[in-house]
Amino acid sequence: MSDSDPTALERFLNGILPENPIYRQLLGMCPTLAVTGAMKPAVTMAAATAFVLVSANLIVSLIRGLLKPHLRILVFTLTIATFVTIADKALAAYLYQMSKQLGPYVPLIIVNCIIISRCEICASKQSVGVALADALGMSLGFALGLASIATVREILGSGTWFGLPVLPSGWHGWGIMVLPPGAFLTLGLLLGAAEWLGQRRAARATGKA
Amino acid sequence: MSEPSLKSEGGYVRQAWLVILLAVSYGAALAGVETTLGPKIAENKRNETYDKIPNLVPGADKSRTVEMLLEDADGNRRRVYQALGSDGSLRGWVLPAGGQGFADRIELLIGLDAPAARITGLYVLEQKETPGLGDYIAGPDFQSNFRDKPTAPPLEVVKGDPTASNEIPALTGATISSEAVAAIANAAIAAVKEAIRKHAVSLQPPPRSTKNRHNP
Repeated sequence: MSDSDPTALERFLNGILPENPIYRQLLGMCPTLAVTGAMKPAVTMAAATAFVLVSANLIVSLIRGLLKPHLRILVFTLTIATFVTIADKALAAYLYQMSKQLGPYVPLIIVNCIIISRCEICASKQSVGVALADALGMSLGFALGLASIATVREILGSGTWFGLPVLPSGWHGWGIMVLPPGAFLTLGLLLGAAEWLGQRRAARATGKA
Repeated sequence: MSEPSLKSEGGYVRQAWLVILLAVSYGAALAGVETTLGPKIAENKRNETYDKIPNLVPGADKSRTVEMLLEDADGNRRRVYQALGSDGSLRGWVLPAGGQGFADRIELLIGLDAPAARITGLYVLEQKETPGLGDYIAGPDFQSNFRDKPTAPPLEVVKGDPTASNEIPALTGATISSEAVAAIANAAIAAVKEAIRKHAVSLQPPPRSTKNRHNP
Protein backbone atom coordinates (compact mmCIF):
# COMPACT_ATOMS: atom_id res chain seq x y z
CA MET A 1 0.00 0.00 0.00
CA SER A 2 1.49 3.32 -1.02
CA ASP A 3 1.74 6.35 1.23
CA SER A 4 -0.31 8.38 -1.21
CA ASP A 5 -3.56 6.54 -0.33
CA PRO A 6 -5.99 8.94 1.32
CA THR A 7 -6.32 8.68 5.09
CA ALA A 8 -9.57 7.89 6.88
CA LEU A 9 -10.23 11.58 7.61
CA GLU A 10 -9.54 12.58 4.01
CA ARG A 11 -11.85 9.85 2.75
CA PHE A 12 -14.60 10.96 5.13
CA LEU A 13 -14.38 14.66 4.23
CA ASN A 14 -14.00 14.00 0.49
CA GLY A 15 -17.29 12.16 0.39
CA ILE A 16 -19.25 15.04 1.86
CA LEU A 17 -18.45 17.91 -0.51
CA PRO A 18 -15.27 17.69 -2.62
CA GLU A 19 -16.31 14.32 -4.11
CA ASN A 20 -20.02 14.54 -3.36
CA PRO A 21 -21.60 11.50 -5.06
CA ILE A 22 -24.46 13.53 -6.53
CA TYR A 23 -23.01 16.97 -7.25
CA ARG A 24 -19.44 16.04 -8.15
CA GLN A 25 -19.57 12.40 -9.31
CA LEU A 26 -23.11 12.43 -10.73
CA LEU A 27 -23.70 8.90 -9.46
CA GLY A 28 -26.91 7.44 -8.08
CA MET A 29 -29.07 9.56 -10.38
CA CYS A 30 -31.97 7.09 -10.33
CA PRO A 31 -32.88 7.56 -6.64
CA THR A 32 -31.82 11.21 -6.89
CA LEU A 33 -34.54 11.88 -9.42
CA ALA A 34 -37.10 9.34 -8.28
CA VAL A 35 -37.52 9.66 -4.52
CA THR A 36 -36.84 13.35 -3.87
CA GLY A 37 -40.43 14.55 -4.20
CA ALA A 38 -40.56 14.93 -0.42
CA MET A 39 -38.18 14.76 2.52
CA LYS A 40 -39.45 11.56 4.13
CA PRO A 41 -38.81 9.19 1.20
CA ALA A 42 -35.53 10.98 0.46
CA VAL A 43 -34.25 10.51 4.00
CA THR A 44 -35.42 6.89 4.11
CA MET A 45 -33.62 6.21 0.84
CA ALA A 46 -30.48 7.92 2.15
CA ALA A 47 -30.58 5.80 5.32
CA ALA A 48 -31.11 2.54 3.43
CA THR A 49 -28.28 3.38 1.03
CA ALA A 50 -26.01 4.31 3.94
CA PHE A 51 -26.71 0.96 5.62
CA VAL A 52 -25.83 -0.95 2.45
CA LEU A 53 -22.78 1.19 1.69
CA VAL A 54 -21.31 0.90 5.19
CA SER A 55 -21.97 -2.86 5.41
CA ALA A 56 -20.62 -3.61 1.93
CA ASN A 57 -17.52 -1.47 2.46
CA LEU A 58 -16.81 -3.19 5.79
CA ILE A 59 -17.17 -6.73 4.44
CA VAL A 60 -15.20 -6.02 1.27
CA SER A 61 -12.41 -4.39 3.26
CA LEU A 62 -12.28 -7.35 5.66
CA ILE A 63 -11.90 -9.88 2.84
CA ARG A 64 -9.81 -7.66 0.52
CA GLY A 65 -6.75 -9.91 0.93
CA LEU A 66 -8.67 -12.93 -0.35
CA LEU A 67 -10.21 -11.29 -3.44
CA LYS A 68 -9.26 -12.74 -6.82
CA PRO A 69 -9.02 -9.85 -9.29
CA HIS A 70 -11.27 -11.40 -11.91
CA LEU A 71 -13.94 -12.41 -9.38
CA ARG A 72 -14.00 -9.22 -7.31
CA ILE A 73 -16.99 -7.58 -9.05
CA LEU A 74 -19.00 -10.75 -8.45
CA VAL A 75 -18.12 -10.63 -4.75
CA PHE A 76 -19.05 -6.92 -4.55
CA THR A 77 -22.39 -7.51 -6.23
CA LEU A 78 -23.18 -10.53 -4.06
CA THR A 79 -22.40 -8.56 -0.90
CA ILE A 80 -24.38 -5.51 -1.98
CA ALA A 81 -27.38 -7.58 -3.04
CA THR A 82 -27.47 -9.33 0.34
CA PHE A 83 -27.53 -6.11 2.32
CA VAL A 84 -30.07 -4.53 -0.02
CA THR A 85 -32.37 -7.49 0.55
CA ILE A 86 -31.97 -7.07 4.31
CA ALA A 87 -32.75 -3.34 4.05
CA ASP A 88 -35.78 -4.07 1.87
CA LYS A 89 -37.17 -6.65 4.32
CA ALA A 90 -36.52 -4.40 7.32
CA LEU A 91 -38.39 -1.52 5.69
CA ALA A 92 -41.32 -3.79 4.80
CA ALA A 93 -41.45 -5.00 8.41
CA TYR A 94 -41.03 -1.74 10.29
CA LEU A 95 -41.90 1.08 7.85
CA TYR A 96 -44.52 -0.65 5.75
CA GLN A 97 -46.15 2.41 4.17
CA MET A 98 -42.77 3.95 3.34
CA SER A 99 -41.64 0.66 1.87
CA LYS A 100 -44.69 0.66 -0.39
CA GLN A 101 -44.10 4.27 -1.37
CA LEU A 102 -40.47 3.60 -2.33
CA GLY A 103 -41.57 0.47 -4.19
CA PRO A 104 -38.85 -0.82 -6.53
CA TYR A 105 -36.34 1.87 -5.60
CA VAL A 106 -35.14 0.01 -2.52
CA PRO A 107 -34.23 -3.18 -4.46
CA LEU A 108 -32.69 -0.87 -7.08
CA ILE A 109 -30.05 0.20 -4.54
CA ILE A 110 -28.26 -2.92 -5.79
CA VAL A 111 -27.41 -1.09 -9.01
CA ASN A 112 -26.51 2.19 -7.32
CA CYS A 113 -23.03 2.87 -8.70
CA ILE A 114 -21.98 4.80 -5.60
CA ILE A 115 -21.75 1.59 -3.62
CA ILE A 116 -19.87 -0.58 -6.10
CA SER A 117 -17.53 2.32 -6.90
CA ARG A 118 -16.60 2.68 -3.21
CA CYS A 119 -15.98 -1.08 -2.95
CA GLU A 120 -13.71 -0.84 -6.00
CA ILE A 121 -11.95 2.46 -5.24
CA CYS A 122 -11.55 2.26 -1.49
CA ALA A 123 -12.74 -0.82 0.39
CA SER A 124 -10.95 -3.43 -1.74
CA LYS A 125 -7.65 -1.56 -1.30
CA GLN A 126 -7.68 0.03 2.17
CA SER A 127 -8.11 -0.97 5.81
CA VAL A 128 -11.42 -1.42 7.59
CA GLY A 129 -11.16 1.93 9.37
CA VAL A 130 -10.56 3.86 6.16
CA ALA A 131 -13.34 1.93 4.39
CA LEU A 132 -15.75 2.77 7.20
CA ALA A 133 -14.84 6.47 7.12
CA ASP A 134 -15.17 6.45 3.34
CA ALA A 135 -18.62 4.83 3.49
CA LEU A 136 -19.81 7.27 6.15
CA GLY A 137 -18.53 10.30 4.21
CA MET A 138 -20.12 9.15 0.96
CA SER A 139 -23.40 8.29 2.73
CA LEU A 140 -23.47 11.74 4.28
CA GLY A 141 -22.72 13.35 0.93
CA PHE A 142 -25.47 11.32 -0.73
CA ALA A 143 -27.93 12.19 2.06
CA LEU A 144 -27.09 15.90 1.73
CA GLY A 145 -27.56 15.72 -2.02
CA LEU A 146 -30.93 13.98 -1.75
CA ALA A 147 -32.07 16.27 1.08
CA SER A 148 -31.15 19.44 -0.82
CA ILE A 149 -33.20 18.41 -3.86
CA ALA A 150 -36.08 17.09 -1.74
CA THR A 151 -36.15 20.33 0.27
CA VAL A 152 -36.59 22.48 -2.84
CA ARG A 153 -39.14 20.12 -4.37
CA GLU A 154 -41.26 19.58 -1.27
CA ILE A 155 -41.35 23.24 -0.24
CA LEU A 156 -42.17 24.57 -3.71
CA GLY A 157 -44.34 21.62 -4.69
CA SER A 158 -46.37 21.08 -1.54
CA GLY A 159 -45.52 24.01 0.73
CA THR A 160 -44.32 21.58 3.40
CA TRP A 161 -41.05 20.20 4.76
CA PHE A 162 -41.11 16.70 6.31
CA GLY A 163 -44.88 17.00 5.97
CA LEU A 164 -45.00 20.13 8.17
CA PRO A 165 -46.43 23.30 6.60
CA VAL A 166 -43.71 25.93 6.12
CA LEU A 167 -45.26 28.24 3.55
CA PRO A 168 -48.40 30.34 4.19
CA SER A 169 -51.62 28.46 3.55
CA GLY A 170 -52.26 30.65 0.49
CA TRP A 171 -49.49 28.73 -1.30
CA HIS A 172 -51.03 26.32 -3.74
CA GLY A 173 -47.91 24.34 -4.54
CA TRP A 174 -46.28 23.99 -7.91
CA GLY A 175 -47.52 20.54 -8.77
CA ILE A 176 -44.79 20.14 -11.37
CA MET A 177 -42.12 20.19 -8.66
CA VAL A 178 -43.46 16.97 -7.15
CA LEU A 179 -43.71 15.32 -10.57
CA PRO A 180 -40.72 13.92 -12.51
CA PRO A 181 -40.06 17.15 -14.49
CA GLY A 182 -39.54 18.95 -11.17
CA ALA A 183 -36.79 16.47 -10.32
CA PHE A 184 -34.88 17.26 -13.52
CA LEU A 185 -35.39 21.02 -13.17
CA THR A 186 -34.24 21.06 -9.54
CA LEU A 187 -31.28 18.77 -10.13
CA GLY A 188 -30.16 20.83 -13.14
CA LEU A 189 -30.41 24.15 -11.35
CA LEU A 190 -28.71 22.89 -8.17
CA LEU A 191 -25.94 21.22 -10.20
CA GLY A 192 -25.41 24.49 -12.05
CA ALA A 193 -25.27 26.41 -8.78
CA ALA A 194 -22.81 23.92 -7.25
CA GLU A 195 -20.59 24.11 -10.35
CA TRP A 196 -20.72 27.92 -10.40
CA LEU A 197 -19.75 28.13 -6.72
CA GLY A 198 -16.95 25.62 -7.25
CA GLN A 199 -15.52 27.52 -10.21
CA ARG A 200 -15.72 30.86 -8.42
CA ARG A 201 -13.87 29.41 -5.47
CA ALA A 202 -11.23 27.87 -7.76
CA ALA A 203 -10.81 31.17 -9.60
CA ARG A 204 -10.33 33.04 -6.34
CA ALA A 205 -7.77 30.47 -5.15
CA THR A 206 -5.67 30.77 -8.32
CA GLY A 207 -6.03 34.56 -8.30
CA LYS A 208 -4.44 34.69 -4.85
CA ALA A 209 -1.63 32.31 -5.67
CA MET B 1 -0.55 -8.82 -14.84
CA SER B 2 -0.69 -11.59 -17.46
CA GLU B 3 -3.89 -13.58 -17.68
CA PRO B 4 -3.33 -16.78 -15.66
CA SER B 5 -5.03 -19.90 -16.95
CA LEU B 6 -7.54 -21.48 -14.60
CA LYS B 7 -5.64 -24.75 -14.55
CA SER B 8 -2.35 -23.23 -13.46
CA GLU B 9 -4.24 -21.50 -10.62
CA GLY B 10 -5.56 -24.80 -9.27
CA GLY B 11 -8.99 -25.29 -10.81
CA TYR B 12 -12.39 -23.78 -10.33
CA VAL B 13 -12.87 -24.50 -6.64
CA ARG B 14 -9.62 -22.89 -5.67
CA GLN B 15 -10.56 -19.90 -7.79
CA ALA B 16 -14.09 -19.54 -6.54
CA TRP B 17 -14.05 -20.83 -2.98
CA LEU B 18 -14.57 -17.34 -1.58
CA VAL B 19 -17.56 -16.71 -3.83
CA ILE B 20 -19.05 -20.07 -2.86
CA LEU B 21 -18.42 -19.50 0.83
CA LEU B 22 -19.90 -15.99 0.70
CA ALA B 23 -22.93 -17.17 -1.27
CA VAL B 24 -23.64 -19.86 1.32
CA SER B 25 -23.19 -17.55 4.31
CA TYR B 26 -25.23 -14.74 2.73
CA GLY B 27 -27.92 -17.26 1.93
CA ALA B 28 -27.99 -18.38 5.55
CA ALA B 29 -28.08 -14.77 6.76
CA LEU B 30 -30.99 -13.97 4.45
CA ALA B 31 -32.84 -17.07 5.62
CA GLY B 32 -32.39 -15.79 9.17
CA VAL B 33 -33.70 -12.34 8.23
CA GLU B 34 -36.68 -13.87 6.46
CA THR B 35 -37.51 -16.06 9.47
CA THR B 36 -37.32 -13.09 11.82
CA LEU B 37 -39.06 -10.45 9.72
CA GLY B 38 -41.34 -12.64 7.58
CA PRO B 39 -44.15 -12.89 10.16
CA LYS B 40 -44.03 -9.13 10.78
CA ILE B 41 -44.28 -8.39 7.04
CA ALA B 42 -47.14 -10.88 6.70
CA GLU B 43 -48.94 -9.15 9.56
CA ASN B 44 -48.49 -5.74 7.88
CA LYS B 45 -50.01 -7.16 4.72
CA ARG B 46 -52.88 -8.70 6.63
CA ASN B 47 -53.62 -5.36 8.33
CA GLU B 48 -53.61 -3.65 4.95
CA THR B 49 -55.92 -6.35 3.58
CA TYR B 50 -58.40 -5.72 6.39
CA ASP B 51 -58.22 -1.98 5.74
CA LYS B 52 -59.01 -2.52 2.06
CA ILE B 53 -61.92 -4.94 2.51
CA PRO B 54 -64.64 -2.24 2.70
CA ASN B 55 -63.30 -0.75 -0.58
CA LEU B 56 -63.16 -4.12 -2.30
CA VAL B 57 -66.57 -5.41 -1.26
CA PRO B 58 -69.31 -2.76 -1.02
CA GLY B 59 -71.13 -2.77 2.29
CA ALA B 60 -68.55 -4.93 4.06
CA ASP B 61 -67.62 -4.16 7.65
CA LYS B 62 -63.92 -4.55 8.34
CA SER B 63 -64.47 -5.78 11.89
CA ARG B 64 -66.88 -8.54 10.79
CA THR B 65 -64.41 -10.14 8.41
CA VAL B 66 -63.95 -13.90 8.76
CA GLU B 67 -60.68 -15.41 7.66
CA MET B 68 -60.83 -18.99 6.42
CA LEU B 69 -58.97 -21.64 4.47
CA LEU B 70 -60.84 -23.18 1.56
CA GLU B 71 -59.74 -26.11 -0.53
CA ASP B 72 -59.33 -24.91 -4.11
CA ALA B 73 -59.76 -26.79 -7.39
CA ASP B 74 -56.16 -28.04 -7.24
CA GLY B 75 -56.59 -29.43 -3.76
CA ASN B 76 -54.51 -26.68 -2.09
CA ARG B 77 -55.75 -24.82 0.92
CA ARG B 78 -56.10 -21.12 0.18
CA ARG B 79 -56.74 -18.22 2.48
CA VAL B 80 -59.88 -16.23 1.70
CA TYR B 81 -61.63 -13.49 3.60
CA GLN B 82 -65.37 -13.65 4.01
CA ALA B 83 -66.69 -10.07 3.94
CA LEU B 84 -69.79 -9.56 6.06
CA GLY B 85 -71.94 -6.45 6.45
CA SER B 86 -72.43 -4.89 9.87
CA ASP B 87 -75.69 -6.91 10.15
CA GLY B 88 -73.75 -10.15 9.63
CA SER B 89 -75.06 -10.84 6.13
CA LEU B 90 -72.70 -12.15 3.47
CA ARG B 91 -71.58 -9.30 1.21
CA GLY B 92 -68.78 -10.97 -0.68
CA TRP B 93 -65.28 -12.34 -0.58
CA VAL B 94 -61.75 -11.06 -0.71
CA LEU B 95 -59.26 -13.32 -2.34
CA PRO B 96 -55.50 -12.80 -1.98
CA ALA B 97 -53.57 -13.94 -5.06
CA GLY B 98 -50.06 -13.65 -6.38
CA GLY B 99 -47.93 -14.46 -9.38
CA GLN B 100 -45.05 -13.36 -11.53
CA GLY B 101 -45.22 -9.90 -13.10
CA PHE B 102 -42.80 -8.26 -15.51
CA ALA B 103 -40.17 -7.43 -12.88
CA ASP B 104 -41.05 -9.30 -9.72
CA ARG B 105 -43.93 -10.95 -7.93
CA ILE B 106 -47.27 -9.14 -8.00
CA GLU B 107 -49.71 -9.64 -5.13
CA LEU B 108 -53.36 -8.79 -5.50
CA LEU B 109 -56.51 -8.62 -3.43
CA ILE B 110 -59.59 -9.48 -5.43
CA GLY B 111 -63.05 -8.58 -4.18
CA LEU B 112 -65.90 -10.84 -5.29
CA ASP B 113 -69.64 -10.57 -4.72
CA ALA B 114 -71.42 -13.20 -2.60
CA PRO B 115 -72.06 -15.77 -5.39
CA ALA B 116 -68.56 -15.15 -6.85
CA ALA B 117 -70.15 -14.07 -10.13
CA ARG B 118 -68.68 -10.57 -10.34
CA ILE B 119 -65.48 -8.84 -9.36
CA THR B 120 -66.34 -6.01 -7.00
CA GLY B 121 -62.86 -4.56 -6.73
CA LEU B 122 -59.19 -5.19 -7.25
CA TYR B 123 -56.25 -3.85 -5.29
CA VAL B 124 -52.54 -4.32 -5.98
CA LEU B 125 -51.02 -5.17 -2.62
CA GLU B 126 -47.47 -5.47 -3.81
CA GLN B 127 -45.62 -4.85 -7.07
CA LYS B 128 -42.20 -3.83 -8.23
CA GLU B 129 -43.02 -3.16 -11.88
CA THR B 130 -41.14 -0.63 -14.01
CA PRO B 131 -41.53 2.87 -12.54
CA GLY B 132 -43.47 5.14 -14.86
CA LEU B 133 -44.89 2.29 -16.94
CA GLY B 134 -45.83 -0.97 -15.26
CA ASP B 135 -46.25 0.53 -11.81
CA TYR B 136 -49.48 2.16 -13.01
CA ILE B 137 -51.10 -1.22 -12.33
CA ALA B 138 -51.22 0.02 -8.73
CA GLY B 139 -52.96 3.24 -9.79
CA PRO B 140 -56.68 3.84 -9.24
CA ASP B 141 -57.46 4.12 -12.98
CA PHE B 142 -56.17 0.68 -13.85
CA GLN B 143 -57.57 -0.98 -10.75
CA SER B 144 -61.06 0.45 -11.30
CA ASN B 145 -61.19 -1.28 -14.73
CA PHE B 146 -61.74 -4.56 -12.92
CA ARG B 147 -64.78 -3.45 -10.98
CA ASP B 148 -68.06 -5.13 -12.02
CA LYS B 149 -66.37 -7.54 -14.39
CA PRO B 150 -67.89 -11.05 -14.63
CA THR B 151 -65.83 -13.94 -13.26
CA ALA B 152 -66.66 -16.00 -16.38
CA PRO B 153 -65.52 -15.92 -19.15
CA PRO B 154 -61.97 -15.15 -17.97
CA LEU B 155 -60.68 -11.58 -18.15
CA GLU B 156 -58.83 -10.62 -21.29
CA VAL B 157 -56.43 -7.76 -21.76
CA VAL B 158 -56.89 -5.86 -25.01
CA LYS B 159 -55.02 -2.96 -26.59
CA GLY B 160 -57.38 -0.10 -27.24
CA ASP B 161 -60.96 0.23 -26.09
CA PRO B 162 -62.64 -2.88 -24.68
CA THR B 163 -65.67 -4.13 -26.57
CA ALA B 164 -66.76 -7.12 -24.46
CA SER B 165 -67.68 -7.13 -20.77
CA ASN B 166 -64.67 -9.29 -19.81
CA GLU B 167 -62.09 -7.08 -21.52
CA ILE B 168 -59.58 -4.89 -19.70
CA PRO B 169 -57.67 -2.16 -21.58
CA ALA B 170 -53.89 -2.70 -21.37
CA LEU B 171 -51.69 0.01 -19.95
CA THR B 172 -49.71 1.72 -22.69
CA GLY B 173 -46.13 0.47 -22.58
CA ALA B 174 -46.95 -2.10 -19.94
CA THR B 175 -48.84 -4.86 -21.70
CA ILE B 176 -46.96 -7.59 -19.83
CA SER B 177 -47.73 -6.07 -16.42
CA SER B 178 -51.40 -5.62 -17.38
CA GLU B 179 -51.65 -9.18 -18.63
CA ALA B 180 -49.94 -10.49 -15.51
CA VAL B 181 -52.56 -8.87 -13.27
CA ALA B 182 -55.40 -10.31 -15.35
CA ALA B 183 -53.77 -13.76 -15.46
CA ILE B 184 -53.22 -13.82 -11.68
CA ALA B 185 -56.82 -12.77 -11.10
CA ASN B 186 -58.16 -15.34 -13.59
CA ALA B 187 -56.16 -18.19 -12.06
CA ALA B 188 -57.13 -17.34 -8.49
CA ILE B 189 -60.81 -16.88 -9.30
CA ALA B 190 -60.95 -20.11 -11.32
CA ALA B 191 -59.29 -22.01 -8.49
CA VAL B 192 -61.62 -20.97 -5.67
CA LYS B 193 -64.88 -20.04 -7.36
CA GLU B 194 -66.49 -23.43 -6.81
CA ALA B 195 -65.26 -23.69 -3.23
CA ILE B 196 -66.65 -20.23 -2.47
CA ARG B 197 -70.00 -21.07 -4.03
CA LYS B 198 -70.29 -24.29 -2.06
CA HIS B 199 -69.42 -22.46 1.09
CA ALA B 200 -71.83 -19.59 0.35
CA VAL B 201 -74.62 -22.09 -0.22
CA SER B 202 -73.93 -23.86 3.04
CA LEU B 203 -74.36 -20.54 4.85
CA GLN B 204 -77.96 -20.19 3.67
CA PRO B 205 -81.03 -22.24 4.55
CA PRO B 206 -80.69 -25.33 2.27
CA PRO B 207 -83.99 -25.58 0.29
CA ARG B 208 -84.12 -22.01 -0.95
CA SER B 209 -80.48 -21.73 -1.78
CA THR B 210 -80.71 -24.80 -4.00
CA LYS B 211 -83.59 -23.21 -5.87
CA ASN B 212 -81.81 -19.86 -6.22
CA ARG B 213 -78.73 -21.54 -7.50
CA HIS B 214 -80.60 -22.83 -10.54
CA ASN B 215 -82.22 -19.48 -11.29
CA PRO B 216 -79.47 -16.95 -11.57
